[in-house]
Amino acid sequence: MKNIFTKGFFSKLILIIAIWAVVALLMVSGVMSRSMQSLMIKICYYTILTLSLDLIVGYLGDLSLGHAAFYLVGAYAGCAVAVYTNLPLLVKFVLALIVGGAAAALVGFLISKAIIKLRGDYLAIVTLAFGEFIRSFVKIIPGLGGTKGLMGIPSFDSRLEGFTLAYIVLILVILVIYNFTHSRHGRTITAIRDNAIASESVGINIKNNKVLVFTIASFMAGMAGVIFGFYKTTLNPSDFTYNLSIEVLVMVVLGGMGSIKGSIIASVIIVALPEVLRGAEDFRMLIYAVALIAMMMLNASPRFTAIKRSFGEKMNGLRAKFKLGGKAK
Amino acid sequence: MQMLISTIIDGLNLGSVYALVALGYSMVYGIAKMLNFAHGDVIMVGIYTIFVGLNMLSLPAPVTILMCVAVCALLGFTVEKLAYKPLRNSTPLSVLITAIGVSYLLQNVALLIFKSDRKFLQSFISLGKLTIGEFEMPIISLVIWGTTLVIMIALDIFIKKTSMGRAMLAVSEDKGAAQLMGVNVNRTISITFIIGSALAGIAAILYAAKYQNVDPYTGSVFGIKAFAAAVFGGIGSIPGAMIGGLSLGLIEALTIGFLPDSLAAASDGVAYALLILMLILKPSGLLGKKRVEKV
Amino acid sequence: MSMLKVENLGITFGGLKAVDNLSLEIEKNELYGLIGPNGAGKTTVFNMLTGVYKPTTGKFYLDGEDLTGHSSIEINRKGIARTFQNIRLFGEMTVADNVMVGLNNQMKYSLLDGILRLPKYFSEEREFSKRADELLAVFDLYNDRDTLASNLPYGKQRKLEIARALATSPKLLLLDEPAAGMNPNETAELMNTIRFVREKFDMTILLIEHDMKLVMGICERVTVLNFGTELAKGETSVALNDPQVVKAYLGDD
Repeated sequence: MKNIFTKGFFSKLILIIAIWAVVALLMVSGVMSRSMQSLMIKICYYTILTLSLDLIVGYLGDLSLGHAAFYLVGAYAGCAVAVYTNLPLLVKFVLALIVGGAAAALVGFLISKAIIKLRGDYLAIVTLAFGEFIRSFVKIIPGLGGTKGLMGIPSFDSRLEGFTLAYIVLILVILVIYNFTHSRHGRTITAIRDNAIASESVGINIKNNKVLVFTIASFMAGMAGVIFGFYKTTLNPSDFTYNLSIEVLVMVVLGGMGSIKGSIIASVIIVALPEVLRGAEDFRMLIYAVALIAMMMLNASPRFTAIKRSFGEKMNGLRAKFKLGGKAK
Repeated sequence: MQMLISTIIDGLNLGSVYALVALGYSMVYGIAKMLNFAHGDVIMVGIYTIFVGLNMLSLPAPVTILMCVAVCALLGFTVEKLAYKPLRNSTPLSVLITAIGVSYLLQNVALLIFKSDRKFLQSFISLGKLTIGEFEMPIISLVIWGTTLVIMIALDIFIKKTSMGRAMLAVSEDKGAAQLMGVNVNRTISITFIIGSALAGIAAILYAAKYQNVDPYTGSVFGIKAFAAAVFGGIGSIPGAMIGGLSLGLIEALTIGFLPDSLAAASDGVAYALLILMLILKPSGLLGKKRVEKV
Repeated sequence: MSMLKVENLGITFGGLKAVDNLSLEIEKNELYGLIGPNGAGKTTVFNMLTGVYKPTTGKFYLDGEDLTGHSSIEINRKGIARTFQNIRLFGEMTVADNVMVGLNNQMKYSLLDGILRLPKYFSEEREFSKRADELLAVFDLYNDRDTLASNLPYGKQRKLEIARALATSPKLLLLDEPAAGMNPNETAELMNTIRFVREKFDMTILLIEHDMKLVMGICERVTVLNFGTELAKGETSVALNDPQVVKAYLGDD
């Protein structure tokens, strides 16, 4: 790659703008129903959540079952700022994003520091417990609305504005994750996932890198929480249960773990699915459960992995040939 | 004083049930080297079985009890065969995600069948109270403690004295070596799941006798706490599961019982905070063995 | 001064002495063999020298610096790199990226440089990618650079592990059974590669090996271990003909 302005960059930029333009047009022209408009915002914050969890599960290889907690911290911290300040909406939103993201990142940093020695199953259980602990702890913090919830969060002036802002945050998150995973720091993370002992043998500090990933991922989850808050205008501890963490995990797993494109596609499909398949609501969770198990079974089958790998390699080869990808050459 | 004693009795009741569940986790974790996330949900299925037996079919209590244990054991066996066995050589992450999937599946099947509202069970073990001086002691508590103790001892004898028990020990030490020594690893793991799930069934009976209600999420929260108790006591150790379970039950009952009103809204959090502390402070367990990773 | 000096090194696992009182010195640019029957404690020695296990007794020095009890990470940064008996590659990463991970500690650009793609990111990525390719070329892996490491055939996986270890620019290279599972042709080729590595990188190498042909072919000196203790030490041909060594390998009869 010569510089950042390759052919790939421009075609991606055009795609990004085109998606926004199409959605905006559908919203303004009234073709999209109100619930579809809301769905567009929902897709944005869910995709951010999925991408950030994928950093932990897919790239780092640690199972976190408490992702909803970082989302909660970001939502409450950011929205509290919005509730208790008097500023223009846009300024409030940006400020809330920064405060929410930073608060979530701080919690992510502290939690990952505390659990740094734990791995696998234990890590999963402790993150789950932290998620539920934080959810019940937020009820007794004064000024955050207790069990009734935090109310009076400013809402976006219009769905279009909400979508546009959420979309900008989403694009920034994708950009950061893409660049991160394609940098030396990102390589280090995947090396730890693939073989912890070998990565130590080449001088990689596993602990620092894990804390780094948790901090970045929780910052992003926190920002998703802020978007959620501005969209819902009330926050309730029951919005952030273990079920939400599982739902996001399903998106990560269906997206193929460790794949940005996969995470995006899976989030869009899973968030949109209940809207499209009205009436299937009762079976939604059941479908998630089956999907999780089925994906793991498929991954365990040698034939499926062989197909997946050879496909991946072909894509890599093609990319190298046409120099489209982000790989430094 | 009476308040303190009844809180302690409550704690020991809860702790005994934790201990039984912890034992199931501990066995499966020690032998199959996996966290059976769905173990708690097996208990939930067990309690619903009792609900169906007593409330809907009006079966006699002993039949219902047997049915509960049988359903749980069969469920454990089936889950292992269908979901976990195909993944025996997969990464721990895949196995864990599958187990979460199974747990979620059981919860949501229960949700579809029984809906989310809490169901109340008819009482099926009605025992009075024992009065010693000025203290009252529910007899059911004695039954719970006695059952837990008897099962622990029986299991200990089973593992030490029978060839199946020794096969389990061998598999827990080194699966490959056990296979070479002629141990049927698949069968051993299967039986471990059956025993572990039957224990969950017994825990379901005790839980049902004491609390007499159930909803689709009853088992998962209870199970996660019991797992923490198993880890705290030391994975793979029978007395460890006992100590872990009892201490969790006691501490939980005492902290929640004496929580100031201003913090009452966060009482759920107390149990989770305990769980976090247990795992962070003592991940290798009080009575657990330290493992040296082979390089 | 010797490159590696090991003094009375020993480790005990639950009362069992896995390695006892091991001493040896390896000169710069020397090819030294550590041999012995299965279970003699050879890999345990490697694990102590790379910080995976903390020795119970004794010390070891790299280029005069005491590294006893340091962590794996520090030891690698000080200049000891290794390969593993049961290959440990980053399986889901490409061959080139495996080596790039080895080069990671020499790269200096910050997290921010990487996320914002500042000029430093591009210049360093380009520079180190070139170095990775050069290393891969030494091991005849250049054409596989975009293959996933776990898809490589066995022999190439072993080579990639050596390339990755070399990428950390060590002073001392530890090879744990590099020829395991290779056929005679591959072994012969590997011997040439090891010799070449020593010449080209001016490397000091300590290797564990079962293949006696390889050991006699390339090692100047060896230490023979049995049951965790030193059985013989010295020039390869002499040490291997030591009656005690012959007995340990062939049995008592």
